[in-house]
Order: sequence, then C-alpha cells, then structure tokens
Amino acid sequence: MSGTEQHGSGGAGRGPQEGWPLYEVFVRGKRGLNHVHVGSLHAADDAMALGHARDLYTRRNEGVSIWVVRSSHIAASTRDEKDPFFAPSADKVYRHPTFYDIPDDVPHI
Amino acid sequence: MTTPDAAEEEHQARFDATIARDQRVEPRDWMPEAYRRTLVRQIAQHAHSEIIGMQPEGAWITRAPSLRRKAILFAKVQDEAGHGLYLYSAAETLGADRADLTARLIEGRQKYSSIFNYPTVTFADVGVIGWFVDGAAICNQVPLCRSSYGPYARAMVRICKEESFHQRQGYELLLTMMRGTDAQRAMVQDAVDRWWWPSLMMFGPPDSDSPNSAASMAWKIKRHSNDELRRRFVDMTVPQAEKLGVTLPDPELRWNEESGRYDFGTPDWSELQRVIKGDGPCNAERMARRREAHAEGAWVREAATAHAAKQARRRARRAEAPEGAGV
Ligand SMILES: [Fe+2]
Ligand SMILES: [Fe+2]
Repeated sequence: MSGTEQHGSGGAGRGPQEGWPLYEVFVRGKRGLNHVHVGSLHAADDAMALGHARDLYTRRNEGVSIWVVRSSHIAASTRDEKDPFFAPSADKVYRHPTFYDIPDDVPHI
Repeated sequence: MTTPDAAEEEHQARFDATIARDQRVEPRDWMPEAYRRTLVRQIAQHAHSEIIGMQPEGAWITRAPSLRRKAILFAKVQDEAGHGLYLYSAAETLGADRADLTARLIEGRQKYSSIFNYPTVTFADVGVIGWFVDGAAICNQVPLCRSSYGPYARAMVRICKEESFHQRQGYELLLTMMRGTDAQRAMVQDAVDRWWWPSLMMFGPPDSDSPNSAASMAWKIKRHSNDELRRRFVDMTVPQAEKLGVTLPDPELRWNEESGRYDFGTPDWSELQRVIKGDGPCNAERMARRREAHAEGAWVREAATAHAAKQARRRARRAEAPEGAGV
C-alpha cells in the first residue's frame, strides 16, 4: 500500500492531471474472497477511478467487485515495524489454541 | 535516548536483516536513500519502456492483415500500457510523483529500453517482437517477481502473467507466416536478422561494464547478472528458432557439450551505447510521438477535471438544499 504521508496532492499549478488525486484499488477476485489491494491510479473523481481500475486491473476477469479509495483517506500504522503498536499481540499466548494442554484421549478438541 | 546516528545504524541493521532473510521491503519501511534512488530509477525506466514500447507495434494496428490479428495486437499493446501504469504506481510508493516521471521521460531526462528505438518495417516484425522482445522481457522479469521491494515484485507478477500471451501470439504469428509463401518466409527471416542482436542488447552492457549491477544484486533488487540473463535467453530461444525454421544471424552460435548451454557471439556494444545516447534509428521519432500524445491528450485531461469539479459542486448544492426542494 502506498503510505499516505508520501503522497500529497501531486503538486499544485502543474496542470490538471497533475492535480488528480491518487486512488488505491482493491479487487474481489471472486465471490467468497475479500477485496485485496492491487495497486493505485490517478483519477479526477471516484467514477473515473472505478472505470480506470476496471480497465487497468481487471482486463482478464480478475475481479467481480472493485473498491477505490483516495490514498489520502487511508490511515495507516506507523512505518516503524518495532513500534509498540503491535506489541500487545505478542505477549498473549493464551489467545492461541496451542496454549491449552488437553489430554490426548479427549476426542474432537 | 538514542542519538540520530545510533537510530540510523539501527534502521540500517534492520533493513539489512530484512534483505538477508529474503523478506520484502515495503513502502513505509525505512530504507537507505541509495536503495530508494536506485529503485525509482529502475522502475521508472522500466515503466517508460512499456509506454514507449507501445509505439513500434502500435504502428501496425491499423494495418494488421486480419481482424483476428488486429484484435490480438490491440490487446497486446493495451497490456503494455497497463504494464507501464502498474510500474508507475510502484514507483509512486517510493515517493516519486507521476507527473514528474512523465515530465522526465518527455524531456529526455530518463531513459527507456534501447530496443524500442528500432523500426518495425514489416508485419513479421510484430511477430518477432513478441517472440524475442517479450521473450527477453520474460527472462528479465521472472526473477524480478522475487525482487526485494514488495510493490515492484508484485507488479512484476501481474506483468509476467500477461507476457506469456505476448510471446505466444508472436511465435504463433511467425509459425503462420512460415507456412505461407516464400516471400512470407523471407520476411520472417529478415525480421529475425534485424531484431536478434538488438534483442540480446536488451539485457544491458556486459557484466564487466555494468557498474550499478553489484549494488542492485546485493540489495536483491536484481537477482541475476546481465550476462547470465542473456545466456538464458539464448538457451531458451535457439530451439524455438529451429522449430520455426529460421536461422539466427550469429556464426559463432553453437551448442557447447561441456557447459550444456549455447556459446554465442558478442553484440556490438558500441551500437548499444549509440542507441542509449539517443542516436538509434528511431529515438527522435519515439520521443516526438510521446510528446505529441501528451499534448494531444491535454484537452481530455482538462475536460475530465472540469467535469469532476462540476459534479462535486452539484453534489454539494444537493446536500445543502432543503429536503424536497428539488435540484
Ligand atoms: Fe510489457
Ligand atoms: Fe509484453
């Protein structure tokens, strides 16, 4: 995913396309699957972003549904991977089924 | 408290560990400035090549000999536009600006692949481009699917899936021509003769003269050297040429029992340098066409911007209007 902080408005005063916002594109490959991020594109508005996303990312039936969202509207966790942001999930081993000792002769568990 | 230097060292150590573990670097990670610069240059150059690469084949869309060939060629050229856009998108995750990249291409400040500065003089060239040029692109790009920079690697996965169609349609086109008249067969051989050496040059200068390669390989941006990729291309292509019934224009080309690979001659590196410097047969034409296309598209971009602004104003007015008041 493109980090929001790296993309401003593309710079003012450099002509129309330059001002078109960046959109991130998410495609649902088929029914039953989540939308997955596939890339980005520039468009003047949401409708154009959808049309371009279809032409660019689903030329071979790669999707049954598309989401586009302005990159600047995405909030993301900080770039530093040792950030304490994910730390709380590391020390809660009791969230995993393997944490619990169950005698071997208990069926189906 | 850590000093800025200590923090920098820690960042570097974590980056090195990511590369060493063969994990991917992602856009928001810290990365050395030189790594970022190298990637932006390589990805942009790659993107520009896809975009300029539409021209030599695009020139034949209106003159394709059948509706079937026209539809195929159209789809192929459209794919190349898509490849360019996937790659620009990847470059933007590194902080590059799309408009700036376009400007760099148009103003000649960034390069594109030398191969697209050769003319397509007959329809057989369309077939040979698919076979050689897209074939060479596949050799280059399959290893790039494991490139250390995540968005680049992912773009390459998409691209490689599409390149296989490109190569096969070219080869099939040539097979068809080879089943035709003597004149058609001669046309295929002529195209092979003209495109073979420039295609070998696509892999870049020899390793002994490729100063940036070592760093790119250490960073795992590139996985194989230019010479190794060139050899792979030759090994892949020679048996295909035999099946097709054409001769590759290299008297030194022969099977080497010992290495289990083909030996082949040396491309004319001075020609490659000339073409890279701007002095190939079509450099000026390609650049002029790209600039023209950008200028001709200006009104479309302006109209789309105006339309989007009008729609936004209408939506705002509708939102303000009291309920039931109409629009
Ligand atoms: Fe391509
Ligand atoms: Fe291609």
